Amino acid sequence: MATATETKKAIRGGEFLIRETEAHEIFIPEDFNEEQKMIEQQCKDFLAKEVYNRLDEIDSMKDPKLMPSLLDKAGELGLLGTSVPTEYGGFGMDFNTTMLVAEVIGAGHSVAVALSAHTGIGTLPIVYYGNEEQKKKYLPKLATGEYKAAYCLTEPDSGSDANSGKTKAKLSADGKHYVINGQKMWITNGGFADIYIVFAKIDNDKNLSAFIVERAFGGITMNEEEHKMGIKGSSTRQIFFNDCKVPVENLLSERENGFKIAVNILNVGRIKLAVAAVGGSKKTISTAVNYAKERKQFNTAIANFGAIKHKIAEMTTRVFASESACYRAGQNIDDATNALIAGGMDSAKAKLKSLEEFAIECAIMKVHGSEVLDFVVDEGVQIYGGMGFSAEGPMDRAYRDARINRIFEGTNEINRMLTIDMLLKRAMKGQLDLMNPAMAVQKELMAVPDFSSGDDAGVFAKEKKALANLKKAGLMVAGAAVQKFMMKLSDEQEVLMNLADMLIEGYVAESTLLRVEKLMSIRGEANCQIEKEMAIVYLHEAIENAASAGKQAIYAFADGDELRLMLLGLKRFTKIDPYNLKEARRRIANHVIEKGEYPF
Amino acid sequence: MKILVCITHVPDTTSKINFKDNNTKFDPTGVQFIIGPYDDYALARAIEIKESTPGTTVTVLNVGLAETEPTIRKALAIGADDAIRVNADPTDSFFVASQIAEQAKAGGYELILMGRESIDYNSGVVHSIVGEMLGIPSVSPVMKLELSGNTAKLAREIEGGKEYLEVSLPFVAGCQEPIAEWKIPNMRGIMSARTKPLKVVEPKSVNSGVATQKYELPKPKGSVKMISADNVKELVNLLKNEAKVL
Ligand SMILES: Cc1cc2nc3c(=O)[nH]c(=O)nc-3n(C[C@H](O)[C@H](O)[C@H](O)COP(=O)(O)OP(=O)(O)OC[C@H]3O[C@@H](n4cnc5c(N)ncnc54)[C@H](O)[C@@H]3O)c2cc1C
Repeated sequence: MATATETKKAIRGGEFLIRETEAHEIFIPEDFNEEQKMIEQQCKDFLAKEVYNRLDEIDSMKDPKLMPSLLDKAGELGLLGTSVPTEYGGFGMDFNTTMLVAEVIGAGHSVAVALSAHTGIGTLPIVYYGNEEQKKKYLPKLATGEYKAAYCLTEPDSGSDANSGKTKAKLSADGKHYVINGQKMWITNGGFADIYIVFAKIDNDKNLSAFIVERAFGGITMNEEEHKMGIKGSSTRQIFFNDCKVPVENLLSERENGFKIAVNILNVGRIKLAVAAVGGSKKTISTAVNYAKERKQFNTAIANFGAIKHKIAEMTTRVFASESACYRAGQNIDDATNALIAGGMDSAKAKLKSLEEFAIECAIMKVHGSEVLDFVVDEGVQIYGGMGFSAEGPMDRAYRDARINRIFEGTNEINRMLTIDMLLKRAMKGQLDLMNPAMAVQKELMAVPDFSSGDDAGVFAKEKKALANLKKAGLMVAGAAVQKFMMKLSDEQEVLMNLADMLIEGYVAESTLLRVEKLMSIRGEANCQIEKEMAIVYLHEAIENAASAGKQAIYAFADGDELRLMLLGLKRFTKIDPYNLKEARRRIANHVIEKGEYPF
Repeated sequence: MKILVCITHVPDTTSKINFKDNNTKFDPTGVQFIIGPYDDYALARAIEIKESTPGTTVTVLNVGLAETEPTIRKALAIGADDAIRVNADPTDSFFVASQIAEQAKAGGYELILMGRESIDYNSGVVHSIVGEMLGIPSVSPVMKLELSGNTAKLAREIEGGKEYLEVSLPFVAGCQEPIAEWKIPNMRGIMSARTKPLKVVEPKSVNSGVATQKYELPKPKGSVKMISADNVKELVNLLKNEAKVL
């Protein structure tokens, strides 16, 4: 691995839009080694042994000790210390291995949420921003689960606008403590956590600061558990800080650096949420497919109906696509981290910097992963029919538990806007050259159209051409929108949503195509027929979605000749040769049905 | 104390079974392999003994070709100290038992544990043959095993009940649940599995009298006939004349 990393070109975040990536450059889930597969199985065994047999009990919240005891068990297995460096009692694993753990555990309903809040937003602020004493004091206990952690950013009046919180910290007269007062809301693991990462403003600061607060410090009270639509077994509390005395040495990082911490920790949270959604989706697909094989109507299993096959193929394809992009981005983060470490940076800083570099991809995946999951559980309910609507069947919980993912870790609206915002900021700062490619697209728009459908040689030649065009469509619409609105673009949220959709589809379709191309080079094309079908089906859908989003955007800001020209351009850049998608989906579905589970 | 745990490398219970070469060979394509579930219990009990009895070492043994090594390393991850792979295709029970006996003799183990049976061929006789070859007791299926000094108290499942035995060491046991709670390897175990010794030895030559002619899948289950609960006559009639089981 190490030598391969050294020879890899440094890839920049967001660069996928203007750079042609080669298949061998990306990591694919099929690359996981024996040890990683053993970890994957370990996580599956943990869920099978400790979680799946007591989902009702967990959701009932009757025994408040149950969830912490499950976290203790996960701690015994080492699942809480994957991201904690070895010096502090963890396992210091690479990012993609921690992604794999997040994926499998992602199928664990409320336990998945509790576990990921503890290991992610609860523990990582100390891993990345803690000083030596703080790390020594807290990380070993967080890695085993002896301490359980929560993250207190949101307040009743401060949700998406996270920097607007009213919670205050005041230095005590003797200068030894910060005294925290305020109210936090929606705090996962709040009911049983020992450690709270609390964001508050010191005196009249403009920006947040972050503190490590022990429950034992006192001055902390809380409301009863929230009654929620889903993830009912995860503790969610409103927490009050009343003269909570926090020793000054528990300020995390520097004064007013809290918002930055919050944002950077969310980068990790977002991509982990995406891959956890992949895990949840896979489980839902397996459950639904088995039901479809067993449930008979009109004297045949419903899995034999084309309409049901369509659903199964769509569910599977979208999850495969999301998974492809998640691990591609995960490896980019690992590669960037390793390169920075090789250049002499300390590992916590290196990881943070890499995550920041790929923040666009993290936001993209958050949106895609959570929306695929919601699609999958929705179709899962549909495949189950009336039994899908029954509170006794497995789809009820899957459906309810999925929904939160589009809300926390930054709502999908916020994340959509962030992707475009970050992209444009980078272009403005000269970190990413969007200008020249966008101008080249404009030029191409005026020139005689190129009607060839690619050089037809090589793997996925036509599809790659279509993909390159899809990116051009994105650049064309984005470039025109920027020119039109200039600094006012941020007020045109609807257009931003359209642009984000084009970007998301481009990234995910490309990742899927590259994954399958790499897989074909390893296994031989004959052994990846179904994967190939999925890459093609996904590309067709991506192009269709992008075309629709692009059209919405163009309608919103262009008229007359410009409108006509842009629509023509969009049509040209979102052209793809016809393909019998129905047959492709049938082949995909038949394969999944035969295997009786999500098989990739 | 030295414990030997013999593990099988078998298709996962949910695998779809296919054959190749004119139905003379099992086709492993696309099949996920696991440690035999009964062997898993044997291993878990061995690790428990190791944890409670200082100075105990656990060696795992598998008769198999190189592709079984991931399964062996999983056993190392669960907590075995070292492993032996006898480099041979495990063709039949007698062959496998001969290899185990050979290794057991050389290693001087006081306790030889394995599953009550594998879950691929389910012959369930390897423990008895090993015991016979070594001239020591063999007991199966063992659901409880408590050591005290040089003897062990065992509980064995028998038809309609349980049998309680006391056996002196060394002996062979074919294990099943609830002899121990099956173990999930922890992260430390997984990360150390690579560095634990895994010795590959060549098999001794054995004249085994078994050759496989052909494999066949069981016939799919026929459809079910529902008979109303108060129509006993019809039930008896069908069992007698149609199913021909009475
Ligand atoms: C079960 C659960 C667990 C949670 N766990 C935690 C936790 O552990 N720690 C923590 O700190 N927080 C936690 N949260 C809070 C969560 O992060 C917030 O709910 C989320 O960020 C949204 O904030 P809000 O609820 O205030 O919604 P709002 O910000 O009020 O948003 C309402 C709607 O308005 C939209 N909106 C808001 N601003 C804009 C804008 N500028 N432009 C366009 N649309 C906008 C949103 O997208 C959304 O659709 C949790 C929430 C839930 C429900």
